[in-house]
Amino acid sequence: MIKEVSLGGSNEFDIRLILYYLALISIGLITIFSTSYNPAAENFFSMSNAYTRQLVFIGTSLIIAIVILLIKGQYYSFLAYPIYLFCLFLMILVLFFGTEISGAHAWIKIGNFSIQPTEFCKFGTALALAKFFSEGKTLQEKKNTWLAAFCIILAPVFIIMLQKDTGSALVFLSFIFLFYRIGLTGWILVVGAVSVTLFLITLYWNEIYAIALITTVFIGFWIWNRRDKKKLIRNAIIYGLALMFIAIADIGYSKVLQSHQKMRIDTLLGIVNDPQGADYNLNQSKIAIGSGGWTGKGYRSGTQTKLNFVPEQHTDFIFCGIGEEWGFLGSLTICLLFLGLVLRILRLSERQRDPFVKYYGYGIAGIFFFHFFINIGMTIGLLPIIGIPLPLISYGGSSLWAFTIMLFVFVKLDYR
Amino acid sequence: MDIRYRIIVFIILIVTLVFLVRLFHLQVLDPSYGERAEKNALRSIVEHPARGLIYDRNDSLLVYNDAAYDLMVVPGEMRAFDTADLCRILNISQQELMKRIEKARKYSKQSPSLVAQQMSKSDYGYLQEKLYKFPGFFVQNRTLRHYPKPIAAHILGYVGEVDEKILEENNYYQLGDYIGISGIEKAYEQELRGTKGKRIVFVDVHSRVIGSYKNGEEDELSVQGQSLWSTLDGALQEYGEKLMHNKRGSIVAIEPATGEILCIVSMPTYDPNLLVGSARSKNYNALTQDLNRRPLFNRALQAMYPPGSTFKLASALIALEEEVITPRTIYSCGGGYNMGSHTVKCHPHAGNPDLIYAITTSCNTYFCRSFYNTLSNRKRYKNIQEAYQAWKDHINALGFGVKFDSDLPYETRGIIPSVEYFDKLHRKSWHANSIISMSIGQGEAAVTPIQMANFVAIIANKGFYYKPHVIKAIDTKDTPNDRYPEKVDCHFDKKHFDAILEGMEQAVLIGTGRIAQIPGIKVLGKTGTAQNPHGKDHSVFVSIAPKEDPKIVVFCLVENGGFGATVAAPIASLITEFYLNREVKRKDLEKRIISMSTL
Repeated sequence: MIKEVSLGGSNEFDIRLILYYLALISIGLITIFSTSYNPAAENFFSMSNAYTRQLVFIGTSLIIAIVILLIKGQYYSFLAYPIYLFCLFLMILVLFFGTEISGAHAWIKIGNFSIQPTEFCKFGTALALAKFFSEGKTLQEKKNTWLAAFCIILAPVFIIMLQKDTGSALVFLSFIFLFYRIGLTGWILVVGAVSVTLFLITLYWNEIYAIALITTVFIGFWIWNRRDKKKLIRNAIIYGLALMFIAIADIGYSKVLQSHQKMRIDTLLGIVNDPQGADYNLNQSKIAIGSGGWTGKGYRSGTQTKLNFVPEQHTDFIFCGIGEEWGFLGSLTICLLFLGLVLRILRLSERQRDPFVKYYGYGIAGIFFFHFFINIGMTIGLLPIIGIPLPLISYGGSSLWAFTIMLFVFVKLDYR
Repeated sequence: MDIRYRIIVFIILIVTLVFLVRLFHLQVLDPSYGERAEKNALRSIVEHPARGLIYDRNDSLLVYNDAAYDLMVVPGEMRAFDTADLCRILNISQQELMKRIEKARKYSKQSPSLVAQQMSKSDYGYLQEKLYKFPGFFVQNRTLRHYPKPIAAHILGYVGEVDEKILEENNYYQLGDYIGISGIEKAYEQELRGTKGKRIVFVDVHSRVIGSYKNGEEDELSVQGQSLWSTLDGALQEYGEKLMHNKRGSIVAIEPATGEILCIVSMPTYDPNLLVGSARSKNYNALTQDLNRRPLFNRALQAMYPPGSTFKLASALIALEEEVITPRTIYSCGGGYNMGSHTVKCHPHAGNPDLIYAITTSCNTYFCRSFYNTLSNRKRYKNIQEAYQAWKDHINALGFGVKFDSDLPYETRGIIPSVEYFDKLHRKSWHANSIISMSIGQGEAAVTPIQMANFVAIIANKGFYYKPHVIKAIDTKDTPNDRYPEKVDCHFDKKHFDAILEGMEQAVLIGTGRIAQIPGIKVLGKTGTAQNPHGKDHSVFVSIAPKEDPKIVVFCLVENGGFGATVAAPIASLITEFYLNREVKRKDLEKRIISMSTL
């Protein structure tokens, strides 16, 4: 069914991607139905039901998907920047005319529906970056290129931060895959890992320990490379930067992060332990998933979700419902579906000859993966609680539409 | 394939693998989450059974139950709520509320504890509507004791919340549960409390009950407490308390053939309704602090009195059994019993009495002489110690100086001194005259009203008794209480009692107890005047009626009432009349006694 043409792309729509997509949205709908169906309600279908609304979102998404498959793919490359700018424009509009939902000032209300432009902005940014990198410039020549690329990311991040939606801002870190693939030094991954480690040490114990750690490492390097003056200077600079990072992390943590975010990080790290307080959500989420066992409690029999112990059970914490009602087999299925989806996108991207499509693929693979990573990581207590949806599964129109557009544009681009 | 592609794929695979390992651990390896989910969603609601009712011997209710509502909290499920609002509903201060919650938290985070008890129905209705605002709180339906008539407080006893000691010892009880603390409530706690049931329900995050768990398969129904039928005659009890109005002392009436207590009055008493519900601790303290009246003190079981002249009957019985006298033995009474240095005076009466006449006139000399002869019988006992021990064994066999250990709360043993006591007191050199006052019910001996009443029952039965008790039947009226079925033999020859009974009959007919006569009923009786070193003597009377087939024996003691004939005899007589005839014809006497005050 899938013929891989040496010139890149395929002469058929990639059916596997479409199947992954359909599987995920179906699971989402089934789970939302389980958590929100009320047998006492008068109307089975009513726009006040989460599942009815999700059904509408899915219907519209499928229409959007078909339309995308029908439209010529060339437009995206052509329209990449305009789309990106339009998204930024919407985000700025939100700053002035938006409404606040659960702490984030990130929504535009149109009638009964609220739209979150941030979701679409991820798509716009992925397009813009693909366009930017695909314009034939050999990046190594121009130092400014990297700076410009970073700016494409930083612009939406900046606006999102103003909207107090730190979670969504974090998702833009996902372009790290794209950057790495294009040729950014591998150190970027190492630096990322080291930064996170230092950040955690600073918060978990004390900045003294973080400073002690890097000082030890620095002295080690100093002794190892004491003959090589060039390396010594470079090490000294890195050492200085690390110290600055710790200072920034400490200040940033105490000054920049909002108290509920600090609380969530503290909770995850076990700095505070108050089952009824800050880590209530995390606890209930773990209990929901943990109580699922091998095969779960059965469809619509999850007590944690049905009885509302888990907060936001059909949006950010929807994975709890799956874990509770379908057990480890359910969790495994979800993980494998996401793994399959992301790896398929990456694999198809690798085969593209058109760098625009390839880079776009890397961009959206990163976005899908980061959402999966952060969302599931938080529900099982490996990451702080950051409110972002599980792609294609969580309830919500904006998110579903945005991911549908993201994926089907790729399917279309792949078919050329 | 590009190496960087591979590295990215590798990272994604690693992350997914870490997640799967974590998920496997959470879901499959660690069972604690399943338990915690159940703890979250399932609430075991204790169904408190209604406590058993208590009827009197004529099926009138003595104790029944009233509905009450308690507010409970599960501290572990509490979340921030409007404390001021809850305080307003409960009508308590914020500090008080915090204190109670803290106490509950200390007891257990996951089990329910009591926050406020016995809310009124209207408070309950109001709170029920607002309950969703107070997660972790719920209302439990309870029953409270209620007494249709304020009688028999001491013997019925009361229930109260279990204390920490009971909680530790007995895991049936939970904080906030009730337990019988005294009286019948305590003695028959097992029967009265029934069996708690439980209902397992699903609750949501706001602690609202959503539905039953497994369609109620694992629910356990509560079993109602068993009802009790008391031996008490409620009307008689009420009448006795009325007669004892403004007096101190007690009345004990027993059906001799069964040991069933017909009424047991201790005055001053209190209204048992005072010790119910949330007002209990306040009222209880007030009652404890009433040092003048001491209403909580159960005189019928706990007060020790010098037995007085009625004890002469026991003296006589022992002398007969020890064969130192016969009913025809005559002792001369020259106005007293002369011991040389000291004389036990006797009141004026005709000449030289035989036993029956001695009882009739309550002659001190006669009983001192017979007591002396009993203890000085060196043919039988080689020294005073052995002789006294034999006398004491007889006395103990008659129920003095021992506890009955029946269903009566907090009995006192009384005092019948031991051989060792007198050895120590008199440095081993003592003789019958050293303790001669024992024979006439003065001196060291001390007895309780219930012991005296039982002794009279022994006389009526001619030598045996059933332990005095207050519960006749358990569960249904036809299932007798099998705790005290045994007949206790006192080891006295039956024939000895004839003279005693004869003397008692004469005492009422022509002797000191004439006031106890009841038209149409042959009453036997004996007056007593217990010397009271602290004030006016106690008035004592014992009676048996009717002579042919004794149905009721009465012991009555009125503190500071003077001679036995003054108060105690009329009261005992009225009680007898009321019990046997169900009405009292001697209205003047009744009126005079009720209005009499000895306080």
